[in-house]
Amino acid sequence: MSQQAPIRESSISGSSVRRGDQIFRGITVGSGVIILLVMGAIAAFLLWKALPSFSNNSANFLTEKVWFPDQNPPKFGIAALAFGTVVAALFAMLIAVPVGIGTSLFISFYAPRRLAGAMAFLIDLLAAVPSIIFGLWGLQVLMPHMGGIAKWLSDYLGVIPIFKNDQELYTKSLFIAGVVLAIMVLPTISAISREVFKQVPRSHLEASLALGATRWEMIRMAVLPFGRAGVISAAMLGLGRALGETIAVAVILSALFDVNIHITEPGGNTFAANIALKWNEAGPNGLSALIASGLVLFIITLSVNAVARSIIARRKEFTE
Amino acid sequence: MSQTLKGDTLPKWAPIASLAIAIGVAIALANTTAVAGTAGTSVLAVLIFIAIQTLWSFAVEGRRHAVDRVATTLIYATFVAAAAPLLSLLFEVFTRGIKVFNLAFLSHSMRNVSPLKPGGGVLHALIGTMQQVGVATLIAVPIGILTALYLVEHARGGRLSKAISFFVDVMTGIPSIVAGLFIYTAWILTLGFDRSGMAAALSLAILMLPVVVRTTEEMLKLVPNDLREASLALGIPKWKTTIRVVLPTAIGGIITGVMLAVARVAGETAPLLLTTFLSQSINNNPFAGPQAAVPTFVWDQLSSSTPASLDRAWAGALTLILLVMFFYGAAKLIARYYAPKA
Repeated sequence: MSQQAPIRESSISGSSVRRGDQIFRGITVGSGVIILLVMGAIAAFLLWKALPSFSNNSANFLTEKVWFPDQNPPKFGIAALAFGTVVAALFAMLIAVPVGIGTSLFISFYAPRRLAGAMAFLIDLLAAVPSIIFGLWGLQVLMPHMGGIAKWLSDYLGVIPIFKNDQELYTKSLFIAGVVLAIMVLPTISAISREVFKQVPRSHLEASLALGATRWEMIRMAVLPFGRAGVISAAMLGLGRALGETIAVAVILSALFDVNIHITEPGGNTFAANIALKWNEAGPNGLSALIASGLVLFIITLSVNAVARSIIARRKEFTE
Repeated sequence: MSQTLKGDTLPKWAPIASLAIAIGVAIALANTTAVAGTAGTSVLAVLIFIAIQTLWSFAVEGRRHAVDRVATTLIYATFVAAAAPLLSLLFEVFTRGIKVFNLAFLSHSMRNVSPLKPGGGVLHALIGTMQQVGVATLIAVPIGILTALYLVEHARGGRLSKAISFFVDVMTGIPSIVAGLFIYTAWILTLGFDRSGMAAALSLAILMLPVVVRTTEEMLKLVPNDLREASLALGIPKWKTTIRVVLPTAIGGIITGVMLAVARVAGETAPLLLTTFLSQSINNNPFAGPQAAVPTFVWDQLSSSTPASLDRAWAGALTLILLVMFFYGAAKLIARYYAPKA
């Protein structure tokens, strides 16, 4: 905005601050403030409506595994939910991060130039598939195929406790939910890593190739160190999505309130899936308890996202 | 050793030959040993392929090139691993969904249709989705565009604009179920409204808002400053410059962004489960009574889990994919139509 001219009376533009501009600016500021208010209101309302259940809970909210908020006295806690949420999301990350980075490396450096665009579109298309369809597909198509793999893992890698399966049942498990989550967060990780790899200075790539590096050495020494911060934040954004995913998980898991480290066995439950499944059968205190668990989920995803965003923002300051 | 500048390399046909041998060995092993299934055989084939090629390359080209070849194979494999589920998903949705997907399916509701019997359709859910997404768009788009205008045209890097920009990013990551919970606590519990299509639309609007802000912001940043300065130099007020010069220049990209946001929320299930009651009948009024939507229709049919309802669930999934594709296609067309002519 221009400063006021010193000779105001004879200025050709009249007043330099116009009424219309002020009003318009006010409207746009107001809209921006609405967003801040909504974010604040989400936290405030969830906290407010969760409080009643906190006060009448007869068990420890953080360590109790069962979920009976509507019995007298109410007894419920998030231990099983937190366990299922974190395990499913971390297992998904274990698959999605290497595959996502590999996919974006493939599209950025290996695929034929002409096909790269189409391949990137294909991966991005995954992000457009609604989660209920991932749930439907995971339950009806993927699950029958995963039994054999889960059994194989249990038979041959059963020494690792998480793969051990004592029940001889391989369906509706955190393992399958984790695989579906991995597919769902893959496009997030892949798209952001691709953006980061695109920013690697061409001169770095060409210098390493000119020094006789193989393509893999170029990636290991020029691309990955440059993109590390971006890839980490991409993984965290993916993690945020995996933690909060509801419907696909709710469809696949057989919701049990149990902390079971054998992830190929049926069972497991997550914050989001539990809310969706229990919502319509919950009484007043049950709703309040579900809102409390939603508040925990909100805080977790908010912090994961905030950290990821601040990593990106700091990196931007360095590179620009 | 030859005296050329380059070291020895494998012949061009080496990967194909190794792959052929690997597939042959894997199939032979699958027929004679305990390895079973297509998946197991393919994994085995890839492992044998890596082994053959690496050893061969190690012997001829040396360690560094052998490592390079392993890395190349693994990176190709990750792409296949990423694309395979998508292709399988699309294939299954189309082949299973097409069974009961026809004009009758699109033009009937589930009113008086037993979950056990075939028949019925998705019309009530389509109407619900259109209305809910429409209302959500009407709420989210003005706020989103105005916020983006503030961030690009008015903010001068102050604390407020930094905070808004940061929270828009964070808002993108809000789980959809939390948006539903918020509307339930604020709109239904506190303000006392009933669960309805309107409540669902509000939760969808929250999910749309950050997407609209981000894409609009990107588009506004692309508008050349020359245009703004030319208009201001002619004595036109800033607000009029924004409305008559900046927005029309960026409108194509903005509409594309809105369509992408619409496509995203049209498939949301979780917030609708909390904010509306499922309905089997057509309800043309989003402000009162239970109202269905396509994603919750799929959820409902899947929960019934009878052969007839599963068929309907897949047909519903096909409807949803086509709907999302329609929005994406429209976004692409609009982007092309408004693209600056070179």
